[in-house]
Amino acid sequence: MIDWLLDDSPTSRLQANLGRAWRVWTALLRNPLAVVGALIVLVLVVMAIFAPLIAPYSPVGQDLANRLMPPSAEHWMGTDELGRDIYSRVVYGARITLLIVTMVAVIAAPIGLVVGAVSGYFGGWVDRVLMGVTDIFLSMPKLILALAFVAALGPGIENAIIAIAITAWPVYARIARAETITFRDSEFISAVRLQGASATRVILRHVLPLCASSTIVRVTLDMAGIILTAAGLGFLGLGAQPPLPEWGAMISRGRNFILDQWWVATMPGFAIILVSLGFCFLGDGLRDVLDPKQGEKQ
Amino acid sequence: MAFEPSTGAASARLSMLAGRAFEGVASVLRFAIVVAGTFLGLLAITFFIGRVVPIDPVLSVVGDRATQEVYEAARQAMGLDRPLIVQFFAYVGDVLTGDLGMSISTGRPVVDDLARVFPATLEMATIGIIIGVVLGVPMGVVAATHQGSWIDQVIRVLGLLGYSVPAFWLGLVGLAVFYAGLGWVAGPGRVDIFYDGLLDPVTGLYLIDSVIAGEWDIFWNALDHLMLPASILGFFSLAYIARMTRSFMLDQLGQEYVTTARVKGVSERRVIWRHAFYPIRIQLITVIGLSYAALLEGSVMIETVFSWPGIGNYLTTALLTADMNAVLGATLVIGAVFIMINKISDVLYRILDPRARR
Repeated sequence: MIDWLLDDSPTSRLQANLGRAWRVWTALLRNPLAVVGALIVLVLVVMAIFAPLIAPYSPVGQDLANRLMPPSAEHWMGTDELGRDIYSRVVYGARITLLIVTMVAVIAAPIGLVVGAVSGYFGGWVDRVLMGVTDIFLSMPKLILALAFVAALGPGIENAIIAIAITAWPVYARIARAETITFRDSEFISAVRLQGASATRVILRHVLPLCASSTIVRVTLDMAGIILTAAGLGFLGLGAQPPLPEWGAMISRGRNFILDQWWVATMPGFAIILVSLGFCFLGDGLRDVLDPKQGEKQ
Repeated sequence: MAFEPSTGAASARLSMLAGRAFEGVASVLRFAIVVAGTFLGLLAITFFIGRVVPIDPVLSVVGDRATQEVYEAARQAMGLDRPLIVQFFAYVGDVLTGDLGMSISTGRPVVDDLARVFPATLEMATIGIIIGVVLGVPMGVVAATHQGSWIDQVIRVLGLLGYSVPAFWLGLVGLAVFYAGLGWVAGPGRVDIFYDGLLDPVTGLYLIDSVIAGEWDIFWNALDHLMLPASILGFFSLAYIARMTRSFMLDQLGQEYVTTARVKGVSERRVIWRHAFYPIRIQLITVIGLSYAALLEGSVMIETVFSWPGIGNYLTTALLTADMNAVLGATLVIGAVFIMINKISDVLYRILDPRARR
């Protein structure tokens, strides 16, 4: 099986792709921090999928007799001002965090990739216009821009996702453009063009796949920032609305009790830090494997 | 043609000087166009957010409790019946003449509000960046010269935490520990309520105003209030500055001229600070500029936690009351300052680095 994966002359595209994935995987396993990061992200995904099985209590069920209880054997992270189990809410909050980061990546990365690839492939005035717009977005403070967009769109989780995606795409456009320029004039692209492929086909089938690995690295590294921005919007009351157990919003609720019941605000914060760290570790590891040149520069 | 060295050289020199002066003017012009373009882009974004995104832009400016007359007046003033491009130029004209509209929550022009709150943010961010630079640069240098030592590890961890800890959460924990728990620092706000309004605003920076007025009590009280939020902001810039300093220093220390200096018998301290540190100062200016701009942005969250009456607090209050003119005004000012700091550090880099001069 492993011999088949590591075969130097793969007989099918599937075999080549799987072989490459296997090589990346084994290289990642040699980096202990990357493994830790991958485990944290895995735990996040498992918590999100199996939240009802993992959480001991309901995330919204109130129990006013047991409000603001300190961490104990029954309530690992204590209870909040409505007697809700904080641990259960943190577990369910994984769903919201995962939803936000996935949606932002799914919206922002393709937009950035297409803008960057088109810009780099055609060059000339197309390039100048598209990169001008990209640079304007890049020179803006991200959090403030996201805040202003949410202010115009109205609070809520969908609008928070849109606002963060609007601030996240320019980085990917820059990466895709830089990659595209390096192989725009290479022979395999000319060969495809001589076969009569349209520009759309060249970009979609031949240019974009080659930008994928550096984009994946960048997206993973950006995840921590996206989580922090989403939590910040939630903290300001502009992201997920109550009673949704969003981590930032939970910290905001715990603000009033920070001096006496510290656990209400601090526990969701630990979840944010852990997940952000996980994505940082994984991103660093992926960069070392997929994009070693970038690693040297940093 | 006869060879006339003196006049030939002189005219060559003259034309070279003229060429340089021309190049200088051209590069200044090019730079001015780039800056103007970026600002126009910023205005286009705020215009888009204010006029195109909301379903009813008038309602987002006057608020939903406005009377029919107020609504109609605002509608007329905004000129919504005109084409978008005309509206955009009218908006640019308004902004250039310092008109950012009225705030529905304070009832004052947004420009006046912003001028009043900005010094508070500036004061906090400036103390923050000072903390970040004074601690971060030496830490980065030591981490580079003692690779693998405990300080190197500490900087690694700090760098990672700087990317993964929410600023508002750290602010809350800081308040709980250092204010409520240990009582080392004063609580939220810029000064104790007792001192509030005692100072005549000259610069709006309490630390400077209190010294001008000779009110040392207020100075120490303001410093007491400033320490915690500024340190938390400083932590984030420290994490970034130390990490960058470390990697710049490692680059330099790996170069051959450093080996040459060491072989020559130059003392290690001189090698580090005179030889290796000298060239990275220029790169550090860009890094410090970037983190200063980032601090202005980060202060939005910190100000909310510390009830700090700065531009961040103004922005978040406006967000919650759906006060669109105030939101856009604050966004515009923070964005403009952000762009300015970036461009200035860009220019400084070009002036100071001989290789970047053309």
